[in-house]
Amino acid sequence: MSTGIPVQYFLILATIMFFTGVYGFLTRRNLITILMSVELILNSVNINFLAFNRYLYPHKLEGMFFSLFVIAVAAAEAAVAIAIIINIYRRFSTINVEDASEMKY
Amino acid sequence: MSLGTFLIMRHELLLIAAALLVLIAEIFWNEDKRRYISLFSVILFGIITIAGFLPSTAGTLFGGMYVTSATTVLMKNILNIGALLVFIQSVPWLKKKENSEKTSEYFLLLLSTLAGMNYMISAGHFLMFYIGIELATIPIAALAAFDSYKNKSAEAGIKLILSSALSSGILLYGLSMIYGTTGTLYFKEVAELFGNTSLQILGFIFFFAGMAFKISIVPFHLWTADVYEGSPVSVTSYLSVISKGAAVFILIILLFTVFPAIISTWQKTIYVTSVLTMTIGNLFAIRQQNIKRFLAFSSISQAGYILLGFIGGNQLGMASVIYYLLVYIFSNLGAFGVVIAISNATGKENIDDYNGLYHTNPSLSLIMTLALFSLAGIPPVAGFFGKFFLFTAAAEKGYYLLVLIAVLNTIISLYYYLLVVKAMFINKGETPVEKFKSDFFTKLALAICVAGIVVTGFASIIFEAIKNLSFGV
Repeated sequence: MSTGIPVQYFLILATIMFFTGVYGFLTRRNLITILMSVELILNSVNINFLAFNRYLYPHKLEGMFFSLFVIAVAAAEAAVAIAIIINIYRRFSTINVEDASEMKY
Repeated sequence: MSLGTFLIMRHELLLIAAALLVLIAEIFWNEDKRRYISLFSVILFGIITIAGFLPSTAGTLFGGMYVTSATTVLMKNILNIGALLVFIQSVPWLKKKENSEKTSEYFLLLLSTLAGMNYMISAGHFLMFYIGIELATIPIAALAAFDSYKNKSAEAGIKLILSSALSSGILLYGLSMIYGTTGTLYFKEVAELFGNTSLQILGFIFFFAGMAFKISIVPFHLWTADVYEGSPVSVTSYLSVISKGAAVFILIILLFTVFPAIISTWQKTIYVTSVLTMTIGNLFAIRQQNIKRFLAFSSISQAGYILLGFIGGNQLGMASVIYYLLVYIFSNLGAFGVVIAISNATGKENIDDYNGLYHTNPSLSLIMTLALFSLAGIPPVAGFFGKFFLFTAAAEKGYYLLVLIAVLNTIISLYYYLLVVKAMFINKGETPVEKFKSDFFTKLALAICVAGIVVTGFASIIFEAIKNLSFGV
């Protein structure tokens, strides 16, 4: 490919995004921010798929299609998650995970 | 290609049609008729379950994206039987006043998750597999938050959707690596191109971690207990039996057909996770007070035993996993059926509340005892034979130490299962559960479970039939 940016750069970006997402998922206390971290993970997956497809297997479009479906499913997931978060806000008047927790290990 | 070729997708098409019918009935029926929606759905699903047993042909659809064989049909039928029992069990709960408005939603969501699981089991391409797994998990989160007026239910819902989203993210990251190294996502082509490079193994580990979340294998089990406790009991029983069963089925298919090239790697992974899952599941189950949490940890440890069938990669292993899940469906749904009946009648969900149950409700406590004995693996009930085959499959390949650990864990599990039995038969309760009469649906579901526990153990023809349809690496 003659695009100039080597494929490794995309993969490094995706890796950084993935682990930022995992770190955010584990450390953040706000439910919306946790949801955003999950989106970060899914987008890093998309970058991976697209970079592999464009650079290594440009004659087929499997990676492109896969990332399209990942985007669609992530939207569905976010819709259900936000609906439940709204319900949590009604129950607990907060969306902080520490305060909105009744069950203990 | 004629329309008839789509009929090999019969299981999924019927489920989608049934989901639409339930939705249409909800819209067009008036207030009087709506009371019959649950009966309508149960009968509809009963017909689907029977139709699943009709002879079917193997084949592929959509250019190899959808694959069906006698083995996948068997797995779908087992899931159908379990789901039918859950449907029947949940009817009395749905008749309650606060749920009567939402009856059709419940069945719609359950039917769509089941369709997702069937697509997942029949996948021939990782895209189909991913869509199936998401269709199977997203509606379940809505179901876990079904009791929208209860704090715990909302908490269970958010815990389930966030942890399942994280797990699918991890799974997809692994898949992207597998795609990067092989250039394809078809199961057949991936299996041919899979070598032993470190990037592929890393991708597999990510993939396995994502699947382990769904089956709740230690150390990816932390969501299980809270979600099981917070969800409505019928949804908990569905989660612990059908969801877990479907994930186990697809994992064993994937390990045996897509990843045979790295068998020595996944055998080590399964060895460690199996020991951890059995031990930690059992140790935490001992200290539980809530019966749903107790059954959650018991189901975690059961997943550890099931992994024993994976490890050899042999035909007997696969047969024993399928057989064990069939037995597990009957035993666990028997136990949950009793929990649901008591929870519906009194709202009590603690093990202490079961004190003296035998004196007030002898038949319920006998069924519970039988189900717990089957889960623990005491002969002559079916659970014993299930565990026996699993252990044999692992021992056949020389994993004697693992089998020893599993047997020791079975003894630990016997202790806490008997704690519940002791509570029911020996302990004197200050405020025992009052005597109550169950309705027709509860009785029907419990009778099927008891018959299943007894018959699957003694009818050797069932295991022979399953074994003929299984395959090794």
